Amino acid sequence: MSNQPLLEVRGLNAWYGESHVLHGVDLDIREGETVTLLGRNGAGKTTTLRAIMGILRRRQGTIRLRGKDLLGLPLHKVAQEGIGYVPEERGIFASLNVAENLMLPPNVSQGGMSIDEIYTLFPNLHERRSSQGTKLSGGEQQMLAIARILRTGARTILLDEPTEGLAPVIIQRIGDVLVELKKRGMTILLVEQNFRFAKKVADRFYLMEDGRMVNSFPGHELDARMDELHEVLGV
Amino acid sequence: MSTIFGIPAPALYGQILIGLINGSFYAMLSLGLAVIFGLLRVINFAHGAQYMLGAFAAYLLLTYAGIGYWPSLFLAPLLVGAVAIVIERFMLRRLYGLDPLYGLLLTFGLALIFEGAFRHWFGAAGKPYAPPAQLTGAMNLGFMFMPIYRGWVVVASLFVCIGTWLLIEKTRLGAYLRAATENATLVQAFGVNVPLLLTLTYGLGAALAALAGVLAAPIYQVSPLMGTNLIIIVFAVVVVGGMGSILGAIVTGYVLGVLEGLTKVFYPEASSIVIFVIMAIVLLVRPAGLFGREE
Amino acid sequence: MAVGTQYLAEQQPKLSTTSLVLGAIAIAALIAAPFFFYPVFLMSILCFALFACAFNLLIGYVGLLSFGHAAFFGGAAYYTAHAVKVWGLEPLTGILFGAAGAAAMGLIIGFIAIRRQGIYFAMITLALSQMFAFICLQVPFTHGEDGIQGVPRGHLLGIIDLNQPLSMYYVTLAIFLFGVFAVWRIVNSPFGNILKAIRENERRAVSLGYRVDRYKLGAFVMSAALAGLAGGTKAIVFQFATLTDVQWQMSGEVILMTLLGGIGTMIGPIVGAGLVIALQNYLASSQFPVTVLIGIIFVICVLLFRRGIVGEILELMKRKPKGNV
Repeated sequence: MSNQPLLEVRGLNAWYGESHVLHGVDLDIREGETVTLLGRNGAGKTTTLRAIMGILRRRQGTIRLRGKDLLGLPLHKVAQEGIGYVPEERGIFASLNVAENLMLPPNVSQGGMSIDEIYTLFPNLHERRSSQGTKLSGGEQQMLAIARILRTGARTILLDEPTEGLAPVIIQRIGDVLVELKKRGMTILLVEQNFRFAKKVADRFYLMEDGRMVNSFPGHELDARMDELHEVLGV
Repeated sequence: MSTIFGIPAPALYGQILIGLINGSFYAMLSLGLAVIFGLLRVINFAHGAQYMLGAFAAYLLLTYAGIGYWPSLFLAPLLVGAVAIVIERFMLRRLYGLDPLYGLLLTFGLALIFEGAFRHWFGAAGKPYAPPAQLTGAMNLGFMFMPIYRGWVVVASLFVCIGTWLLIEKTRLGAYLRAATENATLVQAFGVNVPLLLTLTYGLGAALAALAGVLAAPIYQVSPLMGTNLIIIVFAVVVVGGMGSILGAIVTGYVLGVLEGLTKVFYPEASSIVIFVIMAIVLLVRPAGLFGREE
Repeated sequence: MAVGTQYLAEQQPKLSTTSLVLGAIAIAALIAAPFFFYPVFLMSILCFALFACAFNLLIGYVGLLSFGHAAFFGGAAYYTAHAVKVWGLEPLTGILFGAAGAAAMGLIIGFIAIRRQGIYFAMITLALSQMFAFICLQVPFTHGEDGIQGVPRGHLLGIIDLNQPLSMYYVTLAIFLFGVFAVWRIVNSPFGNILKAIRENERRAVSLGYRVDRYKLGAFVMSAALAGLAGGTKAIVFQFATLTDVQWQMSGEVILMTLLGGIGTMIGPIVGAGLVIALQNYLASSQFPVTVLIGIIFVICVLLFRRGIVGEILELMKRKPKGNV
């Protein structure tokens, strides 16, 4: 059971218009695992998430979830298979308040959280439930974006740079939330630049360069590989 | 006889009523245009043709099947909505993501096809369509006599506008629609079937136009060209109101209708161009429109 | 100039020997044409081709879709007809007067319309031209539904008798060639390069210090004036000016001609105008409703070949490796 990867990506190529961005990405994620993609800007991390989700449509290769091919499915069907996507820009609807933003996603696969469950997990969202989406701080927006996707019942979550531009205290809170989600058996594919944050949650790392995976190692090896990473990432 | 600004009061009230009725159609049509544009980013030039098709559907149902006004009020929008759904599925869908001008040109071509075909089959002359028996006659309002059918049109259009507004603002479907207007990809990533939502929205917008057409049939005559001349005025209404707001589209429609009616009383020569003049002034003063946001 | 230079390098007028030869052949063919076809039919094509070229100047090189160009075409026809018939102006002066009138209208309508872009620009120009059509219906000098009939062709510069079909044809041809040359000059001038830069990236042009609105308005007025030149010529050729030429259907027709031939290509609008006029002529004797056919062509163009006939041919030639033929 655990040998069969939940999400299996093979030889994934993707294009933005005419420009070829992914050149054969291979990626495996087992059920309940948290995997983090590392890489420079432009290495293709965000594109990988968008291509798996099916937002980016010009693709070749294989993407399987529980053995089922996702490549031919339209975006909403992919979501209905139980994958949730939280974009880097978070995508909070400005015309809706917090509660309305939370109510928006339909429960498309089993196990979607109720509003009460979500407010228990994110007490600050409860406090701000009637605030307009645009009035939220960056941290609150990120919380809302994560909370919102849990409504659909997604058990596999693609998270793009959740800590970007946030204060350490808030990053800490988001880390706690991810740990809680892991405890509940969720599978997470994370794009992250913040090593310390990633180390706290990641079981495994993938290193991306020029639209390919160039290396993969378990989470505990992160510290030992710091020099190597600094060289590849140029940090 | 009492006069207001030197105008006999009944004439003034009469023109205000006509203005309100025209305004009802402006409101219903600009509402549909705004809903379609909001989600599909298509200016539906065929909106006038769909209004005409609604009126013709009522006329044909009556003439060839003996189906009267009341059933037509539902059947005509259903038929026209179905045609619109086919159009969206097989034509408009292929233009999403391209310059919105192509959507305008496609629907313009469709409008020409519908109008040309109906003109070919039925001639350019208007055909009378009698109001239903329950709504004939006039009512004494104390200050004027109002034909009952005209009162009905104003009330019905208000219901249609408020109903559409409630659908968009207060229902789950409406919430999807508003959110998808902001970010369609994200809504689809939540698992909502956005392509279907687009199809339904276009069908709904067209059905609204057809409903307006049935309401219009007993007032204006049913003719192949009734839609296009109207839609150009509605474009001006939409530019004045700005397409950002549903409520704005409705209010602008009624207000401009009444202003046009008043112009007929005080300066009849200008009545056919007053809405365009107002549009030009609004563009000079507030280019985004009265209720619009600068893009 | 930074924006412009990139286009200078890329789209410098390519007057290669081939295009010069082709151009010379085309002009020779046009000179010989009246001996093979009805001059009136040819002149009709020339007027509409010039109208389409004027329209294309705006959509093809500034990216603005005007849905109201009939106002300039039909308006100029009225002005020319009135000036020649009532004031007794010499025909060429009358045509220039019509074009000037169209330019003045272009200044007013353009000033209002360029405040919005894209789809709104199209709706606004449509609404304003409809307003003009209503005005034409009401003011006395246009004679309402009848239009201005029996406009004398007169003598060009007092010398050449335009009642001779051939002389009228060659004058029309000269005006047409002048108009097309003007469009070509404008498109390939530094002004034209800035227009293209604005079309590609308006914000960048603004940040480089160009007063974008002025360039757009300038292009709009030039396009209106050339459309007026076509309309004024048409009034002399056909000796009347009517409401048909100011109505929205006419604006739609010129869009179709340009779209069918190829938006943003030099000869596309001419090809498109020729095809549409020929088709209308052909259908005039049949039962098939012309409007429906025009609508169908619109739908087919938008769905299947958005580059237009000439645009698709150019694209095919571009893809083909050089030296293959």
